[in-house]
Amino acid sequence: MTDLIQIAQQNILAPVGLGESDLDRMLGELTGQGVDAADLYFQSSRLESWVLEDGIIKEGAHNIEQGAGIRVISGEKTGFAYSDELQLPTLQEAARAARAITRSGSSQSVQIAGSPIANQLYAPLNPLPSLNEAEKVELLQALDREARKQDPRVKQVIVSLVAAQDIILVAAIDGTLSADVRPLVRLNVHVIAEQNGRREQGSSGGGARQSLDYFIQESRGREYAREAVRQALVNLDAVDAPAGSMPVVLGPGWPGVLLHEAVGHGLEGDFNRKGTSAFSGRIGEQVASSCCTVVDDGTLPGRRGSLNIDDEGTPSQNTVLIENGILKGYMQDKHNARLMSTVSTGNGRRESYAHLPMPRMTNTYMLAGEYNPEEIIASVERGLYAVNFGGGQVDITSGKFVFSASEAYLIENGKVTRPVKGATLIGNGPEAMSRISMVGDDLKLDKGVGVCGKEGQSVPVGVGQPTLKLDELTVGGTEQ
Amino acid sequence: MSDMKSRQLDLQQSVEELLHEAKRQGASAAEAAVSSDAGLSVTVRLGETETIEHTRDNGLGVTVYFGHRKGSASTSDLSPQAIKETVEAACNFARYTSEDDCAGLADPSLMATELPDLDLYHPWNQSVEEAIELAIRCETAARESDDRIFNSEGATLNSHNGLQVYGNTHGFIGGYPSSRHSLSCAVLGKEGESMQRDYWYTLARKSEQLDRAESVGEMAAKRTVARLNGRRIKTQQAPVLFQADVAVGLLRSFVGAIRGSSLYRKASFLLDQLGKPVFPSFINIHEDPLLSGGLASCAYDSEGVATSRKDFIQNGVLSSYVLDSYAARKLAMQTTGNGGGVRNLRINSGDQDRQGLLKSMQRGLLVTELMGQGVNMVTGDYSRGATGFWIENGEIQFPVEEITIAGNMKEMFLGLQEVGSDIETRSSVQTGSWLIDNMMIAGE
Repeated sequence: MTDLIQIAQQNILAPVGLGESDLDRMLGELTGQGVDAADLYFQSSRLESWVLEDGIIKEGAHNIEQGAGIRVISGEKTGFAYSDELQLPTLQEAARAARAITRSGSSQSVQIAGSPIANQLYAPLNPLPSLNEAEKVELLQALDREARKQDPRVKQVIVSLVAAQDIILVAAIDGTLSADVRPLVRLNVHVIAEQNGRREQGSSGGGARQSLDYFIQESRGREYAREAVRQALVNLDAVDAPAGSMPVVLGPGWPGVLLHEAVGHGLEGDFNRKGTSAFSGRIGEQVASSCCTVVDDGTLPGRRGSLNIDDEGTPSQNTVLIENGILKGYMQDKHNARLMSTVSTGNGRRESYAHLPMPRMTNTYMLAGEYNPEEIIASVERGLYAVNFGGGQVDITSGKFVFSASEAYLIENGKVTRPVKGATLIGNGPEAMSRISMVGDDLKLDKGVGVCGKEGQSVPVGVGQPTLKLDELTVGGTEQ
Repeated sequence: MSDMKSRQLDLQQSVEELLHEAKRQGASAAEAAVSSDAGLSVTVRLGETETIEHTRDNGLGVTVYFGHRKGSASTSDLSPQAIKETVEAACNFARYTSEDDCAGLADPSLMATELPDLDLYHPWNQSVEEAIELAIRCETAARESDDRIFNSEGATLNSHNGLQVYGNTHGFIGGYPSSRHSLSCAVLGKEGESMQRDYWYTLARKSEQLDRAESVGEMAAKRTVARLNGRRIKTQQAPVLFQADVAVGLLRSFVGAIRGSSLYRKASFLLDQLGKPVFPSFINIHEDPLLSGGLASCAYDSEGVATSRKDFIQNGVLSSYVLDSYAARKLAMQTTGNGGGVRNLRINSGDQDRQGLLKSMQRGLLVTELMGQGVNMVTGDYSRGATGFWIENGEIQFPVEEITIAGNMKEMFLGLQEVGSDIETRSSVQTGSWLIDNMMIAGE
């Protein structure tokens, strides 16, 4: 959509008196002998956050982030500089600093052209004013009341609401001129419940590339409040989790963080170009059991991890990573794709103008299988059924990954019995994936709360999966 | 230096103008913080330059109070237009946040009046070429130190200079320049089917205090090959020695549990423990915010309150919480000058180094890396992925991986047997290795 380019130009370039011809000229100065790629990335973001605690609106904050990043690539070398001042002389100084990666060469002329973007996954709206202040306050207070009325054991409720709009414009010496206007909203309810001196917490939330009405529609916000309370109350009755290796059944949706850690990061192009991933050089090999098909799909409408274009101007796409257990492909940005003689898969992402892009996930999930979830649980004699998780982490070289359950139950004789305390699960990516023996027919995506960190950069992502069974995984509880 | 001084005065003036603007817009009180940071980051990989980054980060945050109502806003854009928009946004929020009796600036009588030079600013005037050369020396040493090192994630040299200024409408204004330099290296080793990665780094305010580039590389290589052919161990209970760099995390969890915001929310496993033993009686923990050249030194906290040397644990007993003025009012107490957290925290150490502690332990698990976020601050339940070594007869037997260790932090703290003399100095929270009597290890 070329009107996205117009919106971006009006918001970012026009206020500082920059036009398309200035971009052409700056890109021209970045070209020359030895330069393989170069781009300019402009960003203007507004973010607003609200926090309710102790029943009152405690915090309200507004954040402006604006600037430009300039990148020049020669072979495997990257020069990078950025500035939060968008005046032409400052940008030219940054361009010279980035350009210093290659010392020689005269500049050439570059002509950029806006091309239509196929994806239109979300409206170019600004979610900040999509509810007025009084309505935002009322939403938070309603959720506080909703949580507290569920149960007298609820002692503390914290509700946080974030709305952000990110306008980006990217221009590159390969002629790319592309822009995106990205709304993002998120709501979270955190609850502490107390019973006989024991305190436990529960948390639930969601988000989307939408306006704030999203949380009012279908009573989503109220549902998060009830869910947070339910989790806290379940945890009040939880007994110590078991320790050791055992079958593990993961519920649908957010437990898909398993895939994000166990295979997702290991399939990012940079690690595989450098040969540092446990999955390096294994395309075409069996890396998971044959019931596993895993994709990274940035094209799901309105999803937290979705993008019309990535941060290099490449339209996002649906990339098959693993098909019936066979490794099919990696996630690429332009730089790593060029060095590996392939093309970008639209996974070039960056936290902001002040960070370099790299291959990152969007929405990563496993396709549905054929089993009924109850059938899967019934197949386990003694094991763990984990339905909610905190974060995870992976060592992509050794393949070791962890993720921490925040709501889990024992399975005894094919039935879900007692709730157990949170515990960390640990495994080896390729090994764990080969031990997936049953995949449910109940594919669900998470509610839109994922944040992925890599090399100090955070980006919003989505995960998902159907109910699935791993024949063996190590559960880090305290009961032998 | 004079350049930095004039830049500091410029930022102080911006803060004063901003506070004035907030007052003009009707705020009864306001506070603002500005930071400005510039730096160079170079990464080399396999002997070649990989990235050269010139960084330049600015940030401004303002909080306004209309009586007991509060609004905040921040911006990375320091243009007059953005600053005006930021103050307006903060004031607008204060119309919608609730009356909160505890909200407001810290007590004016507590503001720091003496702002000594704490020796935090030592810029490193090196060229990009010199930075690259140092990083190459570091990585080369790693790659050449062992045949099993076959690949590299590279070596990175970072050098940053920053300025922070904070002011509030009590008339307090403070600012100081600081520097921070680091050199890190990560390499991969291979033997048979086993592939491992590990890293090492050095960090200091003065470049002369950094470890030699070669020794950083050699340490990264040594740590990597030591992990090769790790295996799992049986599920069992055993003593655990947390190596100093990972023990830092336990000490940070302790700080998190006695922080005011965790306490008034009743979201801490150390609730109502003031005056009670939470560690064995040989443990003392204190902070020294005025330490010359310290990584977290500052004469005032994030509210302008004077900082001072303070004990948190005396002979095992919790003697102070970590409070800013808001949390203090919520708890009907006094701020401890810990707005923004603790500054140069240290636990007293014993006289044995890591080797000595392994002898004390005799048999158990040495943990050198932890994975995941399995730390529940409300209940103290602790369950994390671990990598390390199995110890028998006080000596390393073989590397261990793909296991978890679990327990409850309340019991872990009370079960602390010894703290090593091998103090981790690259962190503003400093400790030696921790020997804990018993934890659950989950493996095979």
